[in-house]
Amino acid sequence: MNRINSALEADKKLLSIYFTAGFPQLDDTLPIIETLQENGVDMIEIGLPFSDPLADGPTIQESSRKALENGMTTSKLFEQLEGLRDRVHIPVLIMGYFNPILQFGVREFCQRCREVGIDGLIIPDLPVEEYQCHYQALFAEFGLRMVFLITPQTPDSRIHQIDSLSEGFIYMVSSPGVTGGTEGFGKTQTEYFQRIAQMQLKTPQVVGFGIKDQQTFQQATEFAQGGIIGSAFIKELERSGLEAVPEFLSGIRKQEVPGT
Amino acid sequence: MSDTPTPYHINSEGYYGEFGGAFIPEMLYPNVEQLRLQYEAILSDPGFQEEFHQLLKDYVGRPTPLYHARRLSAHYGCRIYLKREDLCHTGAHKINNTIGQILLAKRLGKKRIIAETGAGQHGVATATVCALMGMECVVYMGEIDIRRQAPNVARMKMLGASVVPAISGSRTLKDATNEAIRDWIQHPTDTHYIIGSVVGPHPYPDLVARFQSVISQEVQIQLQEQENRSYPDYLVACVGGGSNAAGLFYHYLDQDQVSIIAAEAAGEGITSGKSAATSALGKIGIIHGSKTLLMQSEDGQITEPYSISAGLDYPGVGPMHAHLFKSKRADFISITDQEAMQAALKLTQLEGIIPAIESAHALAVLEQRKFEEHQVVVLNLSGRGDKDLATYMEFYNLK
Repeated sequence: MNRINSALEADKKLLSIYFTAGFPQLDDTLPIIETLQENGVDMIEIGLPFSDPLADGPTIQESSRKALENGMTTSKLFEQLEGLRDRVHIPVLIMGYFNPILQFGVREFCQRCREVGIDGLIIPDLPVEEYQCHYQALFAEFGLRMVFLITPQTPDSRIHQIDSLSEGFIYMVSSPGVTGGTEGFGKTQTEYFQRIAQMQLKTPQVVGFGIKDQQTFQQATEFAQGGIIGSAFIKELERSGLEAVPEFLSGIRKQEVPGT
Repeated sequence: MSDTPTPYHINSEGYYGEFGGAFIPEMLYPNVEQLRLQYEAILSDPGFQEEFHQLLKDYVGRPTPLYHARRLSAHYGCRIYLKREDLCHTGAHKINNTIGQILLAKRLGKKRIIAETGAGQHGVATATVCALMGMECVVYMGEIDIRRQAPNVARMKMLGASVVPAISGSRTLKDATNEAIRDWIQHPTDTHYIIGSVVGPHPYPDLVARFQSVISQEVQIQLQEQENRSYPDYLVACVGGGSNAAGLFYHYLDQDQVSIIAAEAAGEGITSGKSAATSALGKIGIIHGSKTLLMQSEDGQITEPYSISAGLDYPGVGPMHAHLFKSKRADFISITDQEAMQAALKLTQLEGIIPAIESAHALAVLEQRKFEEHQVVVLNLSGRGDKDLATYMEFYNLK
C-alpha cells in the first residue's frame, strides 16, 4: 500500500509539513526530513525550487530563490534523497512546478522518484486535463499519487472529476490566494470546509494555505483529514533554525483532542 | 471572424501545433475557464464588434496608414510599405488589444483591471482604456523597469492607475507577469487580467491575436488600393512576446505566397550571454501558463533575457510564433542592439520617422535580406520612438 494512503487511514488528524529543498542550506534536506519525522509529523512535501513560482507568496518565493542560489537542482535533490527510505517511514511527496520536471524528463523524474521512495507529486501548474491525456498512466506505472488542488471557487462538477481521478488526497486550498497569505480562518473558510465535507468525496482532503498555528490547524482539520503547513514553517526555520522545530511542532499539536 | 481550422491558427484544444495550452494552477481555473468559454461568443457578437471598431476608429485613430516609404524603398531596392502603428493613440499597437480586452472585461462583469508591463507601453495602453471606461487599474512593473522608464510610470499615474513594483526574482517583465498572475489568484471574481501580448494560458494568445488582427485586416484593403492586390511578398515584424507580429501575420498565415519574417532581439549577440533571441536560444517549456519556446537553464529555471529594447526582453515567445518557427512557416532573424540602432537612424534620416527600438529590429531585416525590385515588403512599424529618446541620446551622443 502507498504510504500516503496508510497515513490517511490512521485515526488522527494528519500534520503535513512543506519545506523548500536547498533552504536555508543546500544540504539541509535529509536533516529536516528526519527532524520532522522524529517530532511526529505525518507527511512531508519537499518543494522543488523554481525561478517563477506563480502560486506562491513572498516566503516561498524567497526560499526558492535562495535554494537555487545555494545550487539546488533536480538531480541534486535526488542525490540527497538516496537512502531516504533507510531512515524515513512517513510518506514523502515532491511539490514542484512543471517546467523543471519537463526539462529533467517526466519519465526519468518518475523513475528517480520511485528509486528514492517518493510517494506522490503535487504539480500546481499541471492541470487535470493535461494529466489525464499525457501523464496519468506514467505516474501510475511508478506508483506515484498525483495530488490535485481545489479552491473555494472550484465548481462542484470539477471537484467530483478531481475526486474520481485522485488516489491519494485532495489538496484543499483554504482561500483565494497564494501560499502564506491569510490572516486566520473566518466564517467563509469554515463554510467552505463544511461544504466540501458534505460532498462525501471518496478521496480524503488535506487543507493547505494559511495554516500557521494550533488554532488554524484545528480549524482546518475539524472537517478535513489533515493540514499542511508551509510558509509558517519556512519562516520559523529561517528565524530559529532546525533546533526550534520541536517546539514549533508541539505548539501546533497541543490541546488537540485525540481521535477528532 | 471565422473559426475555420487551419494549420497555423489555434485548434480546439488551445494549441498551435505542439505549443500553447493552459498550464495554470487550479486557483486560476475558474477565471481562465470563464474566459475560454465566453470569448468567442462575445467577440463574434455584432454589438461588441461595432463598439470595438468604433473606438478603434474614433479613439485610437484607425485605420493607421499603410505608407509607401519611397526613399527607404529606393535605398533597399524594393517596394517597402510601413504599417504605421506608431500613429495609434498612445504611440503603439498595444492599444488595439487593451480596447478589445476592456470591452470584454465589461461584458464579463469585471470591475477591476490588472496588467503587467515591461517598458510601460502596455501599462500605459491599459491605464488609458481604464481611464476611458472609469475602471480601477493596477499595473505590475518590475522594480528595475520602474527606475528605467520613469516617463511611462508618470503617464500611468496621471491616468489614475496604481503602479505596483514587482520586487521578486529579477524584478523585470517576467516577474511583473508573475505578480499580476498572483494578484488574479487573490481576486478570483471581480478582476480581469489584460495580458499585453500573445502569451499566457489559452485563450489569451488567440484572444490577443484576434484583437491585433485588425492590422492585417487593414493591410489587405490598403494593399488592394495601392498595389492592386491584397497580399505582399513579405511581411516583416519584430517579436518579443509577439503581439504586433501576430497582428500583421494573422490574415496571411494560410497564404503560402506570402513569406513571413520575424525579427528577434539578439541583444549583444546570440552567444554573448546577453540576448533575447528565444527561437535561437530557447527550448520547449512552460512559462506563464503556456507551453512554448523559452530561455531557461538546463535545470528548467527561466533565465533573464537582455535587449536594448525593453519591449523585446521576454524570455519566452507566444505559442503561435513558436509554432511558426518550428513549422518553418516563418523565418526568424536575430538582430543585435547595434543593428537595430543603425536601422532606426536610417529610417529617421530617410523618411523623417523616429521608430521605437522594437520596430527598429524589424527595420534591420532590410539590411540582412535582399529583396527584388518588384517585391512588396510590408513592415510593421509597431511603435514610435519618443519613449526611447534617452536610449537614442546616449547611443548617438545627442546631448
